[in-house]
Amino acid sequence: MENIYLIFIALLAAFLGFELIRKVPATLHTPLMSGSNAISGITLVGALAASGSDNSILTTILGTIAVALASINVVGGYLVTDRMLGMFKKKDKK
Amino acid sequence: MESVAVLINLAYVAAAGLFIIGLKLLSHPSSARKGNAVSAIGMLVAVVVTLLDHQIIAYHWILTGFFAGGVYGVWKARSVEMTQMPEMVSLFNGFGGAASLLLGWATVNHQTLTGYEHISILVLLTVVLTVMIGGITFSGSLVAWGKLSGKMSTKAVIFRGLRELSIVHLIALLALSIVFINQPDTTIWLYLVIILALSFGVLATISIGGADMPVVIALLNSYSGIAASAAGLAVNNTILIVTGLLVGASGLILTNIMCKAMNRSLLNVLLSGFAKPAEAMEKIEGEIKIMPAADAFYVLEAAQAVLVVPGYGMAVAQAQHAVRELQALLEENGCSVDYAIHPVAGRMPGHMNVLLAEADVPYDQLYEMDEVNPRMESYDVIIVIGANDVVNPAAKEMKGSPIYGMPVIEAYRANTVFVLKRSADAGFAGVDNPLFFRDNTRMVLGDAKDTINTIIREFGDD
Repeated sequence: MENIYLIFIALLAAFLGFELIRKVPATLHTPLMSGSNAISGITLVGALAASGSDNSILTTILGTIAVALASINVVGGYLVTDRMLGMFKKKDKK
Repeated sequence: MESVAVLINLAYVAAAGLFIIGLKLLSHPSSARKGNAVSAIGMLVAVVVTLLDHQIIAYHWILTGFFAGGVYGVWKARSVEMTQMPEMVSLFNGFGGAASLLLGWATVNHQTLTGYEHISILVLLTVVLTVMIGGITFSGSLVAWGKLSGKMSTKAVIFRGLRELSIVHLIALLALSIVFINQPDTTIWLYLVIILALSFGVLATISIGGADMPVVIALLNSYSGIAASAAGLAVNNTILIVTGLLVGASGLILTNIMCKAMNRSLLNVLLSGFAKPAEAMEKIEGEIKIMPAADAFYVLEAAQAVLVVPGYGMAVAQAQHAVRELQALLEENGCSVDYAIHPVAGRMPGHMNVLLAEADVPYDQLYEMDEVNPRMESYDVIIVIGANDVVNPAAKEMKGSPIYGMPVIEAYRANTVFVLKRSADAGFAGVDNPLFFRDNTRMVLGDAKDTINTIIREFGDD
Protein backbone atom coordinates (compact mmCIF):
# COMPACT_ATOMS: atom_id res chain seq x y z
CA MET A 1 0.00 0.00 0.00
CA GLU A 2 2.81 2.36 0.89
CA ASN A 3 4.27 1.91 -2.59
CA ILE A 4 1.02 3.14 -4.09
CA TYR A 5 1.28 6.29 -1.98
CA LEU A 6 4.80 6.89 -3.20
CA ILE A 7 3.74 6.60 -6.83
CA PHE A 8 0.77 8.87 -6.10
CA ILE A 9 3.10 11.49 -4.62
CA ALA A 10 5.44 11.14 -7.61
CA LEU A 11 2.60 11.78 -10.04
CA LEU A 12 1.41 14.91 -8.25
CA ALA A 13 4.96 16.26 -7.93
CA ALA A 14 5.56 15.84 -11.64
CA PHE A 15 2.39 17.75 -12.56
CA LEU A 16 3.14 20.49 -10.06
CA GLY A 17 6.66 20.79 -11.48
CA PHE A 18 5.34 21.22 -15.02
CA GLU A 19 2.88 23.91 -13.95
CA LEU A 20 5.45 25.86 -11.92
CA ILE A 21 8.27 25.79 -14.43
CA ARG A 22 6.14 26.63 -17.44
CA LYS A 23 5.76 30.09 -15.88
CA VAL A 24 9.50 30.79 -15.65
CA PRO A 25 10.38 33.38 -18.34
CA ALA A 26 13.03 32.58 -20.96
CA THR A 27 15.34 35.23 -19.59
CA LEU A 28 15.73 33.20 -16.38
CA HIS A 29 16.32 29.81 -17.95
CA THR A 30 20.02 29.64 -17.09
CA PRO A 31 19.47 30.47 -13.39
CA LEU A 32 16.59 27.98 -13.46
CA MET A 33 18.99 25.27 -14.61
CA SER A 34 21.70 26.07 -12.07
CA GLY A 35 18.99 26.35 -9.43
CA SER A 36 17.69 22.92 -10.34
CA ASN A 37 21.27 21.65 -10.11
CA ALA A 38 21.14 22.82 -6.50
CA ILE A 39 17.74 21.27 -5.84
CA SER A 40 18.77 17.93 -7.35
CA GLY A 41 21.48 17.92 -4.68
CA ILE A 42 18.61 16.72 -2.45
CA THR A 43 20.26 13.31 -2.98
CA LEU A 44 22.39 14.58 -0.09
CA VAL A 45 19.52 13.75 2.25
CA GLY A 46 19.51 10.13 1.12
CA ALA A 47 23.30 9.92 1.19
CA LEU A 48 23.54 11.11 4.80
CA ALA A 49 22.04 7.88 6.10
CA ALA A 50 24.37 5.80 3.94
CA SER A 51 27.52 7.51 5.14
CA GLY A 52 26.59 7.96 8.78
CA SER A 53 25.03 4.64 9.74
CA ASP A 54 26.72 1.59 11.13
CA ASN A 55 27.41 0.13 7.73
CA SER A 56 30.00 -1.90 5.91
CA ILE A 57 33.09 -0.06 4.73
CA LEU A 58 31.94 -0.07 1.11
CA THR A 59 28.55 1.47 1.97
CA THR A 60 30.27 4.16 4.03
CA ILE A 61 32.73 4.98 1.23
CA LEU A 62 29.98 5.14 -1.40
CA GLY A 63 27.81 7.21 0.92
CA THR A 64 30.59 9.65 1.72
CA ILE A 65 31.47 10.25 -1.93
CA ALA A 66 27.74 10.72 -2.64
CA VAL A 67 27.56 13.27 0.19
CA ALA A 68 30.56 15.14 -1.27
CA LEU A 69 29.12 15.22 -4.81
CA ALA A 70 25.65 16.24 -3.66
CA SER A 71 27.17 18.95 -1.46
CA ILE A 72 28.95 20.41 -4.48
CA ASN A 73 25.58 20.69 -6.21
CA VAL A 74 23.78 22.16 -3.22
CA VAL A 75 26.43 24.68 -2.17
CA GLY A 76 27.75 25.55 -5.63
CA GLY A 77 24.32 25.53 -7.24
CA TYR A 78 22.65 27.93 -4.80
CA LEU A 79 25.64 30.28 -4.67
CA VAL A 80 26.12 30.57 -8.41
CA THR A 81 22.37 31.03 -8.95
CA ASP A 82 22.35 33.81 -6.38
CA ARG A 83 25.36 35.43 -8.05
CA MET A 84 23.63 35.31 -11.42
CA LEU A 85 20.25 36.56 -10.23
CA GLY A 86 21.99 39.47 -8.51
CA MET A 87 23.05 40.67 -11.97
CA PHE A 88 19.52 40.95 -13.35
CA LYS A 89 18.53 44.59 -13.10
CA LYS A 90 15.58 46.62 -14.27
CA LYS A 91 16.12 49.75 -16.30
CA ASP A 92 16.40 52.89 -14.15
CA LYS A 93 13.48 55.13 -14.87
CA LYS A 94 14.98 58.51 -14.23
CA MET B 1 5.33 5.88 13.46
CA GLU B 2 7.67 7.00 16.18
CA SER B 3 7.91 10.69 17.03
CA VAL B 4 11.31 11.34 15.39
CA ALA B 5 10.11 9.85 12.12
CA VAL B 6 6.97 11.98 12.26
CA LEU B 7 9.03 15.08 12.91
CA ILE B 8 11.35 14.29 10.01
CA ASN B 9 8.46 13.73 7.65
CA LEU B 10 6.70 16.91 8.71
CA ALA B 11 9.91 18.83 8.11
CA TYR B 12 10.12 17.23 4.65
CA VAL B 13 6.65 18.53 3.88
CA ALA B 14 7.79 22.00 4.92
CA ALA B 15 10.95 21.68 2.80
CA ALA B 16 8.94 20.59 -0.24
CA GLY B 17 6.66 23.59 0.31
CA LEU B 18 9.67 25.92 0.40
CA PHE B 19 11.05 24.43 -2.85
CA ILE B 20 7.68 24.99 -4.51
CA ILE B 21 7.42 28.60 -3.28
CA GLY B 22 11.02 29.13 -4.40
CA LEU B 23 10.24 27.94 -7.92
CA LYS B 24 7.11 30.06 -7.99
CA LEU B 25 9.10 33.19 -7.12
CA LEU B 26 11.43 32.34 -10.01
CA SER B 27 8.66 33.36 -12.41
CA HIS B 28 9.83 37.00 -12.38
CA PRO B 29 13.36 38.48 -12.40
CA SER B 30 12.49 40.87 -9.55
CA SER B 31 11.52 38.10 -7.14
CA ALA B 32 13.81 35.36 -8.45
CA ARG B 33 16.69 36.01 -6.06
CA LYS B 34 14.35 35.72 -3.09
CA GLY B 35 13.01 32.50 -4.58
CA ASN B 36 16.49 31.02 -4.70
CA ALA B 37 17.01 31.92 -1.04
CA VAL B 38 13.67 30.35 -0.06
CA SER B 39 14.65 27.18 -1.90
CA ALA B 40 18.03 27.14 -0.10
CA ILE B 41 16.25 27.39 3.26
CA GLY B 42 14.12 24.42 2.23
CA MET B 43 17.31 22.47 1.54
CA LEU B 44 18.76 23.45 4.90
CA VAL B 45 15.62 22.30 6.72
CA ALA B 46 15.65 18.96 4.88
CA VAL B 47 19.34 18.30 5.58
CA VAL B 48 19.35 19.36 9.24
CA VAL B 49 16.28 17.35 10.14
CA THR B 50 17.66 14.27 8.38
CA LEU B 51 20.66 14.36 10.71
CA LEU B 52 18.23 13.67 13.60
CA ASP B 53 17.55 10.24 12.13
CA HIS B 54 18.67 7.77 14.79
CA GLN B 55 20.10 5.47 12.13
CA ILE B 56 22.88 7.99 11.81
CA ILE B 57 25.37 7.32 14.55
CA ALA B 58 28.61 8.73 13.18
CA TYR B 59 29.02 12.22 11.83
CA HIS B 60 32.69 12.32 10.89
CA TRP B 61 32.22 10.85 7.41
CA ILE B 62 29.25 13.08 6.73
CA LEU B 63 31.26 16.14 7.73
CA THR B 64 34.25 15.03 5.67
CA GLY B 65 32.10 14.60 2.57
CA PHE B 66 30.19 17.80 3.16
CA PHE B 67 33.29 19.94 3.63
CA ALA B 68 35.09 18.47 0.65
CA GLY B 69 32.07 19.11 -1.59
CA GLY B 70 31.14 22.42 0.02
CA VAL B 71 34.59 23.98 -0.39
CA TYR B 72 34.78 22.94 -4.03
CA GLY B 73 31.23 24.21 -4.58
CA VAL B 74 31.98 27.64 -3.08
CA TRP B 75 35.17 27.95 -5.10
CA LYS B 76 33.46 26.95 -8.33
CA ALA B 77 30.46 29.22 -7.79
CA ARG B 78 32.68 32.23 -7.10
CA SER B 79 35.28 31.70 -9.80
CA VAL B 80 33.15 30.61 -12.76
CA GLU B 81 32.92 33.07 -15.66
CA MET B 82 29.41 33.75 -16.93
CA THR B 83 30.48 32.59 -20.38
CA GLN B 84 31.34 29.22 -18.82
CA MET B 85 27.92 28.61 -17.28
CA PRO B 86 27.00 25.85 -19.76
CA GLU B 87 30.10 23.87 -18.76
CA MET B 88 29.41 24.35 -15.08
CA VAL B 89 25.77 23.31 -15.32
CA SER B 90 26.83 20.25 -17.32
CA LEU B 91 29.42 19.30 -14.74
CA PHE B 92 26.90 19.73 -11.93
CA ASN B 93 24.35 17.62 -13.82
CA GLY B 94 27.04 14.95 -13.89
CA PHE B 95 27.75 15.23 -10.15
CA GLY B 96 24.03 14.90 -9.46
CA GLY B 97 23.84 11.77 -11.59
CA ALA B 98 26.92 10.30 -9.93
CA ALA B 99 25.57 11.01 -6.43
CA SER B 100 22.36 9.15 -7.27
CA LEU B 101 24.29 6.26 -8.81
CA LEU B 102 26.43 5.88 -5.67
CA LEU B 103 23.38 6.13 -3.43
CA GLY B 104 21.64 3.37 -5.38
CA TRP B 105 24.75 1.21 -5.20
CA ALA B 106 25.16 1.88 -1.46
CA THR B 107 21.52 0.90 -0.89
CA VAL B 108 21.98 -2.50 -2.50
CA ASN B 109 25.22 -3.02 -0.65
CA HIS B 110 23.56 -2.15 2.65
CA GLN B 111 20.57 -4.38 2.00
CA THR B 112 22.82 -7.29 1.05
CA LEU B 113 24.13 -7.35 4.60
CA THR B 114 20.66 -7.55 6.11
CA GLY B 115 19.57 -10.34 3.77
CA TYR B 116 17.99 -10.38 0.32
CA GLU B 117 14.72 -11.87 1.44
CA HIS B 118 13.62 -8.50 2.78
CA ILE B 119 14.30 -6.56 -0.39
CA SER B 120 11.13 -5.90 -2.32
CA ILE B 121 11.00 -6.04 -6.11
CA LEU B 122 10.14 -2.32 -6.15
CA VAL B 123 13.36 -1.46 -4.32
CA LEU B 124 15.45 -3.56 -6.70
CA LEU B 125 13.71 -2.12 -9.71
CA THR B 126 14.22 1.45 -8.54
CA VAL B 127 17.84 0.77 -7.62
CA VAL B 128 18.48 -0.47 -11.14
CA LEU B 129 16.73 2.60 -12.56
CA THR B 130 18.71 4.91 -10.29
CA VAL B 131 22.03 3.36 -11.22
CA MET B 132 21.19 3.32 -14.92
CA ILE B 133 19.89 6.90 -15.21
CA GLY B 134 22.55 8.16 -12.80
CA GLY B 135 25.31 6.49 -14.82
CA ILE B 136 24.06 7.77 -18.17
CA THR B 137 23.70 11.28 -16.70
CA PHE B 138 27.21 11.17 -15.24
CA SER B 139 29.15 10.04 -18.29
CA GLY B 140 26.93 11.93 -20.72
CA SER B 141 27.39 15.14 -18.75
CA LEU B 142 31.15 14.68 -18.65
CA VAL B 143 31.21 14.38 -22.44
CA ALA B 144 28.98 17.48 -22.74
CA TRP B 145 31.28 19.29 -20.33
CA GLY B 146 34.32 18.25 -22.37
CA LYS B 147 32.74 19.53 -25.56
CA LEU B 148 31.54 22.80 -24.08
CA SER B 149 34.81 23.62 -22.35
CA GLY B 150 36.80 22.91 -25.50
CA LYS B 151 38.60 19.93 -23.97
CA MET B 152 37.03 17.81 -26.72
CA SER B 153 36.11 18.58 -30.29
CA THR B 154 32.61 20.03 -30.51
CA LYS B 155 32.00 18.16 -33.75
CA ALA B 156 29.65 15.21 -33.65
CA VAL B 157 31.74 12.02 -33.43
CA ILE B 158 30.34 9.35 -35.70
CA PHE B 159 31.85 5.98 -36.50
CA ARG B 160 30.65 2.90 -38.28
CA GLY B 161 28.43 0.73 -36.16
CA LEU B 162 27.72 3.44 -33.57
CA ARG B 163 24.00 2.97 -33.93
CA GLU B 164 24.25 -0.82 -33.68
CA LEU B 165 26.51 -0.52 -30.65
CA SER B 166 23.99 1.77 -28.93
CA ILE B 167 21.14 -0.64 -29.60
CA VAL B 168 23.20 -3.56 -28.26
CA HIS B 169 23.90 -1.48 -25.14
CA LEU B 170 20.21 -0.87 -24.55
CA ILE B 171 19.27 -4.51 -24.97
CA ALA B 172 22.11 -5.62 -22.70
CA LEU B 173 21.09 -3.07 -20.05
CA LEU B 174 17.54 -4.33 -20.08
CA ALA B 175 18.62 -7.99 -19.91
CA LEU B 176 21.13 -7.40 -17.10
CA SER B 177 18.56 -5.43 -15.11
CA ILE B 178 16.13 -8.34 -15.26
CA VAL B 179 18.85 -10.79 -14.27
CA PHE B 180 19.93 -8.58 -11.37
CA ILE B 181 16.38 -8.19 -10.04
CA ASN B 182 16.09 -11.96 -10.01
CA GLN B 183 19.53 -12.55 -8.49
CA PRO B 184 20.27 -9.53 -6.29
CA ASP B 185 22.89 -11.47 -4.35
CA THR B 186 25.18 -11.63 -7.38
CA THR B 187 26.55 -8.10 -7.34
CA ILE B 188 28.47 -8.59 -10.60
CA TRP B 189 25.19 -7.98 -12.46
CA LEU B 190 24.85 -4.58 -10.84
CA TYR B 191 28.45 -3.70 -11.69
CA LEU B 192 27.82 -4.63 -15.30
CA VAL B 193 24.73 -2.42 -15.35
CA ILE B 194 26.83 0.47 -14.03
CA ILE B 195 29.58 -0.06 -16.62
CA LEU B 196 27.11 -0.31 -19.49
CA ALA B 197 25.16 2.75 -18.32
CA LEU B 198 28.40 4.74 -18.24
CA SER B 199 29.46 3.71 -21.72
CA PHE B 200 25.95 4.26 -23.09
CA GLY B 201 26.01 7.82 -21.74
CA VAL B 202 29.22 8.45 -23.69
CA LEU B 203 27.85 6.92 -26.91
CA ALA B 204 24.65 8.94 -26.67
CA THR B 205 26.40 12.31 -26.34
CA ILE B 206 29.55 12.09 -28.50
CA SER B 207 27.37 11.88 -31.59
CA ILE B 208 25.70 15.24 -30.88
CA GLY B 209 27.17 18.42 -32.36
CA GLY B 210 27.85 21.68 -30.53
CA ALA B 211 24.83 23.57 -31.88
CA ASP B 212 22.48 20.99 -30.34
CA MET B 213 24.11 21.36 -26.91
CA PRO B 214 21.27 23.42 -25.38
CA VAL B 215 18.97 20.45 -25.86
CA VAL B 216 21.47 17.99 -24.42
CA ILE B 217 22.18 20.07 -21.31
CA ALA B 218 18.47 20.54 -20.64
CA LEU B 219 17.85 16.82 -21.10
CA LEU B 220 20.73 15.79 -18.81
CA ASN B 221 19.44 18.33 -16.27
CA SER B 222 16.15 16.49 -16.36
CA TYR B 223 17.85 13.09 -16.04
CA SER B 224 19.74 14.20 -12.93
CA GLY B 225 16.40 15.01 -11.32
CA ILE B 226 14.79 11.76 -12.41
CA ALA B 227 17.78 9.83 -11.04
CA ALA B 228 17.36 11.57 -7.67
CA SER B 229 13.66 10.74 -7.72
CA ALA B 230 14.33 7.07 -8.52
CA ALA B 231 16.86 7.00 -5.67
CA GLY B 232 14.10 8.37 -3.45
CA LEU B 233 11.85 5.46 -4.38
CA ALA B 234 14.74 3.05 -3.67
CA VAL B 235 15.50 4.42 -0.19
CA ASN B 236 11.84 5.18 0.51
CA ASN B 237 12.34 8.90 0.99
CA THR B 238 9.49 11.18 -0.11
CA ILE B 239 11.46 14.44 -0.26
CA LEU B 240 13.84 12.90 -2.81
CA ILE B 241 10.93 11.70 -4.93
CA VAL B 242 9.17 15.06 -4.92
CA THR B 243 12.14 17.37 -5.48
CA GLY B 244 13.76 15.02 -7.97
CA LEU B 245 10.62 15.17 -10.08
CA LEU B 246 10.44 18.97 -9.85
CA VAL B 247 13.90 19.06 -11.41
CA GLY B 248 12.97 16.36 -13.89
CA ALA B 249 9.94 18.35 -15.02
CA SER B 250 12.00 21.52 -15.30
CA GLY B 251 14.56 19.87 -17.55
CA LEU B 252 11.89 18.29 -19.74
CA ILE B 253 10.12 21.62 -20.27
CA LEU B 254 13.38 23.32 -21.25
CA THR B 255 14.22 20.43 -23.58
CA ASN B 256 10.84 20.82 -25.21
CA ILE B 257 11.25 24.60 -25.62
CA MET B 258 14.68 24.10 -27.22
CA CYS B 259 13.38 21.47 -29.62
CA LYS B 260 10.45 23.64 -30.65
CA ALA B 261 12.80 26.57 -31.22
CA MET B 262 14.69 24.42 -33.71
CA ASN B 263 11.54 22.90 -35.19
CA ARG B 264 12.89 19.42 -34.54
CA SER B 265 11.72 16.48 -32.50
CA LEU B 266 13.76 15.32 -29.54
CA LEU B 267 14.43 12.06 -31.31
CA ASN B 268 15.75 13.96 -34.31
CA VAL B 269 18.20 15.89 -32.12
CA LEU B 270 19.39 12.79 -30.29
CA LEU B 271 19.89 10.88 -33.50
CA SER B 272 21.09 13.87 -35.54
CA GLY B 273 24.59 12.50 -35.67
CA PHE B 274 23.28 9.58 -37.64
CA ALA B 275 21.51 11.68 -40.25
CA LYS B 276 22.94 12.00 -43.72
CA PRO B 277 24.44 15.38 -44.55
CA ALA B 278 21.85 17.73 -46.01
CA GLU B 279 21.32 17.69 -49.74
CA ALA B 280 22.93 20.52 -51.62
CA MET B 281 20.39 23.29 -51.77
CA GLU B 282 19.63 26.07 -54.20
CA LYS B 283 22.55 28.25 -55.12
CA ILE B 284 22.49 31.61 -53.42
CA GLU B 285 22.71 34.50 -55.87
CA GLY B 286 24.34 37.83 -55.13
CA GLU B 287 27.50 39.03 -53.52
CA ILE B 288 28.62 39.77 -50.03
CA LYS B 289 29.10 43.45 -49.24
CA ILE B 290 31.78 44.15 -46.70
CA MET B 291 31.84 47.34 -44.67
CA PRO B 292 34.69 48.54 -42.46
CA ALA B 293 33.80 49.12 -38.80
CA ALA B 294 34.57 52.83 -39.10
CA ASP B 295 31.93 53.23 -41.80
CA ALA B 296 29.39 51.31 -39.75
CA PHE B 297 29.68 54.11 -37.23
CA TYR B 298 28.19 56.69 -39.62
CA VAL B 299 25.12 54.55 -40.14
CA LEU B 300 24.71 53.96 -36.43
CA GLU B 301 25.15 57.63 -35.65
CA ALA B 302 22.13 58.44 -37.80
CA ALA B 303 20.00 55.55 -36.50
CA GLN B 304 16.92 56.08 -34.34
CA ALA B 305 16.19 52.48 -33.39
CA VAL B 306 18.75 49.68 -33.16
CA LEU B 307 18.18 46.03 -32.43
CA VAL B 308 21.03 43.80 -31.27
CA VAL B 309 20.83 40.06 -31.99
CA PRO B 310 23.51 38.24 -29.98
CA GLY B 311 24.68 34.66 -30.50
CA TYR B 312 27.32 32.30 -29.22
CA GLY B 313 30.00 34.32 -31.03
CA MET B 314 29.38 37.18 -28.60
CA ALA B 315 30.20 34.86 -25.71
CA VAL B 316 33.35 33.56 -27.43
CA ALA B 317 34.59 37.10 -28.14
CA GLN B 318 33.57 38.21 -24.60
CA ALA B 319 31.99 41.17 -26.37
CA GLN B 320 29.04 41.72 -24.00
CA HIS B 321 30.68 44.60 -22.08
CA ALA B 322 31.68 46.37 -25.30
CA VAL B 323 28.10 45.95 -26.54
CA ARG B 324 26.80 47.53 -23.35
CA GLU B 325 29.18 50.47 -23.84
CA LEU B 326 27.97 50.92 -27.40
CA GLN B 327 24.38 50.81 -26.15
CA ALA B 328 25.08 53.66 -23.71
CA LEU B 329 26.64 55.79 -26.49
CA LEU B 330 23.73 55.12 -28.84
CA GLU B 331 21.18 55.98 -26.16
CA GLU B 332 23.04 59.21 -25.40
CA ASN B 333 22.72 59.93 -29.09
CA GLY B 334 18.94 59.65 -28.84
CA CYS B 335 18.68 56.17 -30.31
CA SER B 336 16.68 53.35 -28.73
CA VAL B 337 18.43 50.00 -28.27
CA ASP B 338 16.63 46.68 -27.96
CA TYR B 339 17.96 43.14 -27.81
CA ALA B 340 16.35 40.14 -29.44
CA ILE B 341 17.22 36.73 -28.05
CA HIS B 342 16.47 33.50 -29.85
CA PRO B 343 15.68 30.55 -27.56
CA VAL B 344 18.64 28.53 -28.84
CA ALA B 345 21.16 31.38 -29.02
CA GLY B 346 24.25 30.36 -27.08
CA ARG B 347 25.03 26.96 -25.66
CA MET B 348 22.29 26.67 -23.06
CA PRO B 349 18.79 28.04 -22.48
CA GLY B 350 18.97 31.68 -21.37
CA HIS B 351 22.75 31.89 -21.86
CA MET B 352 22.66 35.25 -23.68
CA ASN B 353 20.39 36.79 -21.06
CA VAL B 354 22.86 36.03 -18.29
CA LEU B 355 25.81 37.42 -20.28
CA LEU B 356 23.95 40.65 -20.98
CA ALA B 357 22.78 40.87 -17.37
CA GLU B 358 26.42 40.53 -16.34
CA ALA B 359 27.23 43.51 -18.57
CA ASP B 360 24.45 45.52 -16.84
CA VAL B 361 21.97 45.44 -19.69
CA PRO B 362 18.53 45.82 -18.02
CA TYR B 363 16.38 42.74 -18.49
CA ASP B 364 13.41 44.77 -19.71
CA GLN B 365 15.37 45.64 -22.86
CA LEU B 366 15.72 41.97 -23.79
CA TYR B 367 12.96 40.67 -26.04
CA GLU B 368 11.99 37.23 -27.20
CA MET B 369 11.83 36.38 -30.88
CA ASP B 370 8.02 36.54 -31.08
CA GLU B 371 7.99 40.01 -29.55
CA VAL B 372 10.37 41.62 -32.05
CA ASN B 373 9.44 39.85 -35.27
CA PRO B 374 6.16 41.78 -35.83
CA ARG B 375 7.95 45.15 -35.53
CA MET B 376 11.11 44.33 -37.45
CA GLU B 377 10.53 47.09 -40.02
CA SER B 378 10.65 49.74 -37.30
CA TYR B 379 14.36 49.17 -36.68
CA ASP B 380 16.85 51.25 -38.66
CA VAL B 381 19.77 48.99 -37.94
CA ILE B 382 20.05 45.44 -36.72
CA ILE B 383 23.41 44.38 -35.37
CA VAL B 384 23.89 40.62 -35.50
CA ILE B 385 26.77 39.68 -33.19
CA GLY B 386 28.16 36.19 -33.51
CA ALA B 387 24.79 34.73 -34.46
CA ASN B 388 24.06 33.01 -37.74
CA ASP B 389 21.47 30.25 -37.93
CA VAL B 390 18.99 32.08 -35.70
CA VAL B 391 18.73 34.92 -38.27
CA ASN B 392 18.94 32.74 -41.37
CA PRO B 393 16.10 33.50 -43.83
CA ALA B 394 16.69 30.07 -45.43
CA ALA B 395 14.63 28.67 -42.56
CA LYS B 396 11.63 30.42 -44.07
CA GLU B 397 12.40 30.42 -47.77
CA MET B 398 14.46 27.40 -48.78
CA LYS B 399 12.61 24.11 -48.65
CA GLY B 400 15.84 22.14 -49.08
CA SER B 401 17.67 23.79 -46.21
CA PRO B 402 18.46 21.62 -43.16
CA ILE B 403 17.04 24.33 -40.93
CA TYR B 404 13.88 24.84 -43.00
CA GLY B 405 10.91 25.44 -40.71
CA MET B 406 12.94 26.64 -37.75
CA PRO B 407 11.51 29.88 -36.32
CA VAL B 408 14.07 32.67 -36.76
CA ILE B 409 14.54 36.32 -35.89
CA GLU B 410 13.62 37.99 -39.18
CA ALA B 411 16.50 40.44 -39.21
CA TYR B 412 16.41 40.68 -43.03
CA ARG B 413 13.20 42.73 -42.83
CA ALA B 414 14.95 45.70 -41.20
CA ASN B 415 16.39 48.64 -43.16
CA THR B 416 20.01 47.76 -42.62
CA VAL B 417 21.61 44.67 -41.14
CA PHE B 418 25.17 44.60 -39.83
CA VAL B 419 26.57 41.12 -39.42
CA LEU B 420 29.59 41.06 -37.12
CA LYS B 421 31.46 37.90 -37.90
CA ARG B 422 34.96 36.49 -37.93
CA SER B 423 34.74 35.44 -41.57
CA ALA B 424 32.08 35.05 -44.22
CA ASP B 425 31.96 31.24 -43.79
CA ALA B 426 28.87 29.19 -43.02
CA GLY B 427 27.80 29.10 -39.37
CA PHE B 428 28.02 26.39 -36.78
CA ALA B 429 25.46 24.15 -38.40
CA GLY B 430 27.40 24.46 -41.66
CA VAL B 431 24.42 26.02 -43.38
CA ASP B 432 24.86 28.85 -45.88
CA ASN B 433 23.14 32.03 -44.86
CA PRO B 434 21.36 33.98 -47.64
CA LEU B 435 21.09 36.92 -45.22
CA PHE B 436 24.74 37.71 -45.95
CA PHE B 437 23.91 38.18 -49.63
CA ARG B 438 20.99 40.55 -49.18
CA ASP B 439 21.11 44.10 -50.50
CA ASN B 440 20.46 45.56 -47.06
CA THR B 441 23.17 43.48 -45.35
CA ARG B 442 26.70 44.65 -44.62
CA MET B 443 29.28 42.27 -43.26
CA VAL B 444 31.65 43.77 -40.70
CA LEU B 445 34.39 41.17 -40.52
CA GLY B 446 36.72 40.60 -37.60
CA ASP B 447 36.60 39.88 -33.89
CA ALA B 448 33.26 41.15 -32.59
CA LYS B 449 34.81 42.86 -29.58
CA ASP B 450 37.43 44.70 -31.70
CA THR B 451 34.77 45.77 -34.20
CA ILE B 452 32.52 47.23 -31.51
CA ASN B 453 35.46 48.91 -29.81
CA THR B 454 36.39 50.54 -33.14
CA ILE B 455 32.86 51.90 -33.46
CA ILE B 456 32.97 53.12 -29.85
CA ARG B 457 36.24 54.97 -30.59
CA GLU B 458 34.60 56.64 -33.57
CA PHE B 459 31.85 57.90 -31.28
CA GLY B 460 34.55 59.28 -28.99
CA ASP B 461 36.32 61.15 -31.80
CA ASP B 462 33.08 62.67 -32.92
